[in-house]
Amino acid sequence: MTSRTDHLTHPHTPSTTQEVVAGTVTPVASGEGHGARRIVRALPAVVVLAVLAYLPYLPVELPGVLPGRVNGPGSMQLLATCLVIGGIALSYDVLFGRTGLLSFGHALFVAAGSYLLTISLSTWALPLPLAVLVALALSTGLALVVGAIALRVGGIAFAMVTLAFAQAASIIVMRNPGGVTGGEEGRPLDRDAVPDLLVGVANAPYRYWLALSFVVVAWVVVTALVRSRAGRAMAAVRENEQRAAVLGFGTYRVKLLAIVVGSSLGALGGVVHALVLGGSNPHLTTSEFTLSLLVMVVLGGAGSRWGALVGGVLYTYADARLVEVSNAAFLQDLPVVVRQVLSQPLFILGVFFVVVVYFAPSGLTGLGGRLIRRSGSR
Amino acid sequence: MSDLVLLLVTGLGLGALYFIAASGLSLIYGLMGVLNFAHGVFMTAGAYAAWLTMGALPVGWPVAGRLVVGVLVAVTVGAVVGLVVEVVLIRPLYRHHIQQVLVTVGLALAGVAAAQGIWGADPRPVESPAWMSGTTDVLGARLPNDRFVYLLVAAALFAGLLALLHLTRLGLVIRAGVENRTMVEALGINVHRTFTTVFALGGAAAGLAGVLYSQYAGAVSPAQGGSLLIFAFIVVVIGGMGSLTGTAVAAVVVGLVQQLANYYAASGVGDLSVVLLLALVLLLRPTSLKGATA
Repeated sequence: MTSRTDHLTHPHTPSTTQEVVAGTVTPVASGEGHGARRIVRALPAVVVLAVLAYLPYLPVELPGVLPGRVNGPGSMQLLATCLVIGGIALSYDVLFGRTGLLSFGHALFVAAGSYLLTISLSTWALPLPLAVLVALALSTGLALVVGAIALRVGGIAFAMVTLAFAQAASIIVMRNPGGVTGGEEGRPLDRDAVPDLLVGVANAPYRYWLALSFVVVAWVVVTALVRSRAGRAMAAVRENEQRAAVLGFGTYRVKLLAIVVGSSLGALGGVVHALVLGGSNPHLTTSEFTLSLLVMVVLGGAGSRWGALVGGVLYTYADARLVEVSNAAFLQDLPVVVRQVLSQPLFILGVFFVVVVYFAPSGLTGLGGRLIRRSGSR
Repeated sequence: MSDLVLLLVTGLGLGALYFIAASGLSLIYGLMGVLNFAHGVFMTAGAYAAWLTMGALPVGWPVAGRLVVGVLVAVTVGAVVGLVVEVVLIRPLYRHHIQQVLVTVGLALAGVAAAQGIWGADPRPVESPAWMSGTTDVLGARLPNDRFVYLLVAAALFAGLLALLHLTRLGLVIRAGVENRTMVEALGINVHRTFTTVFALGGAAAGLAGVLYSQYAGAVSPAQGGSLLIFAFIVVVIGGMGSLTGTAVAAVVVGLVQQLANYYAASGVGDLSVVLLLALVLLLRPTSLKGATA
């Protein structure tokens, strides 16, 4: 019994978090090499960013990986969606991975950003910059209220309460009050209200760059937050809330801050999501979406920027592309039931997720990091 | 007057469904601290098991007879699924509460997707006995008969669980475990076996809830379990996590509030007022919830 559980280290126990923290936060400097080391540390992110930013100029076909050319509209749209969801996963990680808050209501704020943008553009006829501001401000206010109420309970009860709030939002959106949310159909983006560059099939690369810049903003905000005093207080709350409280941290305020910052980023993600996908979809409000955010973060690696981002991108990509698996030749001999089940991307992702929780508790990036370190030490 | 009677009875019927769904959840949470997201899958499994059984039995049988067999199969399937999930997936993660939640989340996603792959995403109609779809006149109100069935089943389940908790040795261990699990273990009692039993019990109750909810909705669909689960969660939280009597009271209150608000305000307001009720309970009595430790 014990031997089986030993390797299943809790992601928040000191042994794993040390690895995670070492991978993301610059350790306190000991000497002059600090500045240089910081640049070296930032290098992978900069290189990845440069490569991603260059993709729209790449007329290469990757058969089986992407639909059509890399810079074709289909691929660009798929990659843009992956990036937006990756950024939203990054915002969820502020709550789950950084502060240890198991929230099931993050979808609420993403959906708020998305719907408030489309509504303020169409129904209230606001110009785009003002609409974005309104969406962000109202979502942040919502996060403040919901967070303040939900934080009155901790742990599992907090999870349930946030789930209930998100569900309430989902019900409201589905009921379509006054025709503003569009019910099951969703609310399309008012094409006249946004710049031409963001509309139309041919302009997919611009939407891709928009998604990429959202990821950059989320990355920078999360980095700044984690390195700030508040970020360290969040880590303290995550590791041991009682100890943090005894040490004199206002744990309630720290957690509320995490919720507000994470949710505002999520709302920004919702805004970008609406711009990239051309409207608001009620799927954003469902509890399934929140659960998938949790799955993304854990898949990639909670408490790590790369982890959340990679998890979000991979999950969205797999969700969109795994349908192809059921048509693969090697599956045709299997019984019909097995093929029917395998045709569901969420089934494969769900099972894979359970496997990751068991065998790679620090997520895929944690696993990768461990392999790199192991080969390096030999 | 007749409107009010109708609303009260339908509200109570809905509350009965919530109680059946939430009872297993509350037991499992109270004893093991596991927030079981897979409970919705247990319900869906029960609903589909009953639907398949009813379709497989000879058409010559009366619908009520087939439904009874279907319910028995659903309860068995729910119990077996609960048992297997506990032994295979939950037990190795003992004391890792967050991971346990994550595993049940994965199960919930995969289970719904599997049902969707095999039987399709669209709701499939279920047969229901003629008497259950009929109505009875009480005080001038035409009351749907199926609500009485739900109420009777829920009352029987509540009485049965209370008897189990207070009259048997297993119940004693469960109650002691809810109170202080470490102490029970220290006294040399195999709590793990109790965990498995409780999960199987919860699964059985979930299977039952699944069938009855499919009767209520008139159809089975993959997402059904999930939508019932959310209200079951709310009921468990309002009732004070882990308390069976609290769960029963909360289920009745939630069912009534939902029905009354849906009728007297507007359709859909009922669901919202339930969430408002939850927020109110949290604001007024946050300490009544034992969920502070995760």
